[in-house]
Amino acid sequence: MLKTEPPLDVVVVGAGVVGAACAYYAARAGLAVTVVDRGPVAGGTTGAGEGNLLVSDKEPGPELDLALLSLRLWRELADDLGAAMEYEPKGGVVVSSTPAGQEALRAFAAQQAAVGVVAEEIPAERLQELEPHLSPRMAGGFHYPQDAQVQPALAAAHLLREARRLGAKLITGETVRAVRRRPDGAVLGVETDRRRLDAPAVVNAAGTWGGELAGLAGVHLPVLPRRGFVLVTEPLPRIIRHKVYAADYVADVASGSAGLQTSAVIEGTPGGPVLIGASRERVGFDRTLSQEALHRLAAQAAELFPVLADVTVMRVYRGFRPYLPDHLPAIGADPRVPGLYHACGHEGAGIGLAPATGLLIAEQLTGKQPELDLVPFRADRFPAA
Amino acid sequence: MPTSPSDVPRYDLAVIGAGPAGLAAAVTAADLGLRCALLDAGRQTGGQYYRHPAPGLGAARPDRLHHGWSAYTGLADRLAAHERAGRVGFLGGHQVWALERTGDGYAVHVTLGPEAADRATVPAAAVLLATGAYERQLPFPGWTLPGVVTAGGAQAMLKAGLVLPGRRIVVAGSGPLLLAAASSLVTAGAEVPAVVEATAYLGYARRPGVLAAVPAKLVEGAGHGSALLRHRVRLRLRSAVVEAHGTDRVTAVTVARLDADWRPVPGTERRIDCDALAVGHGLLPQIELATELGAATRTGPDGAVALQVDARMLTTVPGLWSAGETNGVGGADLAIAEGELAAHAVADRAPRPALVRRRARLRAFAELMAAAHRPGPGWTGWLRPDTDVCRCEEVPVARIREAVEELGAGDPRTVKLLTRAGMGWCQGRMCGPAVAWLAGSGEPGPDRRPFACPVPLSQLAAEQRAAAEG
Repeated sequence: MLKTEPPLDVVVVGAGVVGAACAYYAARAGLAVTVVDRGPVAGGTTGAGEGNLLVSDKEPGPELDLALLSLRLWRELADDLGAAMEYEPKGGVVVSSTPAGQEALRAFAAQQAAVGVVAEEIPAERLQELEPHLSPRMAGGFHYPQDAQVQPALAAAHLLREARRLGAKLITGETVRAVRRRPDGAVLGVETDRRRLDAPAVVNAAGTWGGELAGLAGVHLPVLPRRGFVLVTEPLPRIIRHKVYAADYVADVASGSAGLQTSAVIEGTPGGPVLIGASRERVGFDRTLSQEALHRLAAQAAELFPVLADVTVMRVYRGFRPYLPDHLPAIGADPRVPGLYHACGHEGAGIGLAPATGLLIAEQLTGKQPELDLVPFRADRFPAA
Repeated sequence: MPTSPSDVPRYDLAVIGAGPAGLAAAVTAADLGLRCALLDAGRQTGGQYYRHPAPGLGAARPDRLHHGWSAYTGLADRLAAHERAGRVGFLGGHQVWALERTGDGYAVHVTLGPEAADRATVPAAAVLLATGAYERQLPFPGWTLPGVVTAGGAQAMLKAGLVLPGRRIVVAGSGPLLLAAASSLVTAGAEVPAVVEATAYLGYARRPGVLAAVPAKLVEGAGHGSALLRHRVRLRLRSAVVEAHGTDRVTAVTVARLDADWRPVPGTERRIDCDALAVGHGLLPQIELATELGAATRTGPDGAVALQVDARMLTTVPGLWSAGETNGVGGADLAIAEGELAAHAVADRAPRPALVRRRARLRAFAELMAAAHRPGPGWTGWLRPDTDVCRCEEVPVARIREAVEELGAGDPRTVKLLTRAGMGWCQGRMCGPAVAWLAGSGEPGPDRRPFACPVPLSQLAAEQRAAAEG
């Protein structure tokens, strides 16, 4: 016999950073919220990432609009929670190794400038002022002062703590087995392996398992995993000041290739270790350590920052980015199932895009006009398989 | 010198760890016609158990510090013969950091030498894990003071350097290693005012049949007992060191009685002056190379996670075998028996029935010992909010409790992500059990460490290179 709980306004499935942000903004809007996750807080993609809050890697379009809104919200959240979440508005530096690459960056930055992204071209001879240990063999770069970083697990945990202070409940270690619906299809709540949660709204913030949760609600949402590794070095003094990445990272992020792609993304952390990403490959949920990915990440890092050749790698983060075929997340009410909302499929940008996602969902839940047009993020944009 | 993996003939078997299990496995496998690589992080064979005195010390009688030294020299002689015949390559100074499954076997990834200055890859059709164990530690106030060493560390200092950690040494914790350590320390001239054991040893008495079947263990225990009696070492059962005192160095400890759950009983504290404390709570199997490949594990009666193996010592990963402490801590005799058994299985030869029976007997005894020394849940009662749990990252009890109670962490991994406990040099080997208890998940789950040891970035960046023949 399942336990029943008092009726709620909304159940959020997923205690990663996106679910945490949904719960936070919903609770702040006065809704009765319960968050349920089959694992712990930040147990999925959130706990395996670097915590990038980026506009620099996004071309003008719906995702960049979302990122700009999100960065503003992160700044607001940082007023109270900044230190706890290790929020660092440190800026990003994108570097190119060839004049042609620099030219491409210039064109990219010009497009971004039109929608409010700040970027300053840094000629090769000035790169060392920003990053003293950067290889002198670079052709130039761009500085993006709006880029920032948080420690993602701390960000999720502290957003959830705030949500709980506002009355939300958190249930971990329970798997949602069913999304209950009325005969007319509208959502009635969920069933976990231990209890029934009644609510007229369910938010799918299940990350890489978002497709399966959508399936429980009877709809198709093709969320797939894209594996990534991040090398974590021994604690070091602050030798890397910004988030620094190679220009080809942008192309890799946007690519649909299934094969292994790696492009150097390097940054320091308040804890001391330097994080070295980023690899992408589509291999399902295979957790096997890829020697080839490790090798390429290390080689590229040493090329960008020769000083890193002398450091020690302590461990590796591995995770699966939840991606949708067009590389945009699914956000908002699902027109196919009244009461079902999606907040998943953010691929590698989930940390950065979480607050905007949470705010937009909360606005929809409370009947407000969302700040951004959610049409590009509609979950029914994919034809059924 | 070979320069790429394809230049090196593949070994039939790579044995990782040259302690009792690995040595026995390598020489037995070579006896049965297999071509073996025997890898160890140390320069010499023997592992932690048969630890050698440093060469410069001129120790004439290492056997005095060792039980079963003759067993070691026997194995070492057989190894030397196989090495001369080219059947075994001993690759000392090879620290394995990852196993990779290849199409037809394994690539064993190693860093070389004390400075980990180079890398190599050893190809093998099968791998036998004989990586042993490391000490389980439970923190208490003052445990980070100089002069506080692990029980195994004290023995290692004695065996390798012939030095004592102090003159007046309290030995505390739980498990048979305490008696062995105390016995070695008093024999080497130290004063041991007390051996403080958290359990009452009742576990052994409940199953006398198992104990009686292993007379060698009784002899060994009696040997320790008589040395301790001779030196008037006081054995305090159902007690624990609940605090170490001192500023620059430990100068005294507080010992308290424990209830059946290991909770300190208020009002029973007494102070014992000392200049060193050797503390140990048994051993934990070192299995991350296997769990990284998805090998199934079991939680032993001592609460420690060990590899799950079948009667042939095969793990649940094809071609990956395991012998000795990695299958559950049980001592050198058991490790040797399992090493021999595993070698037979890898060579696809039937072992002698007597060997199978001997292993079963020793394993049953190990399980009994393990059950007797399982830490009780009340041990956290001797912690204070400011007691460091993770000494690498200096994470105190209060921060871990905050992560659990305020931030929703209910498991060791989340605690680690939220507090950095376990992210330092030891990668959670020291604080892992304590963090798991404080996270409310009881005993820890299997270790997941993608890298079994830190690896220089330059080695990852370099192209793979095959190991030179040892």
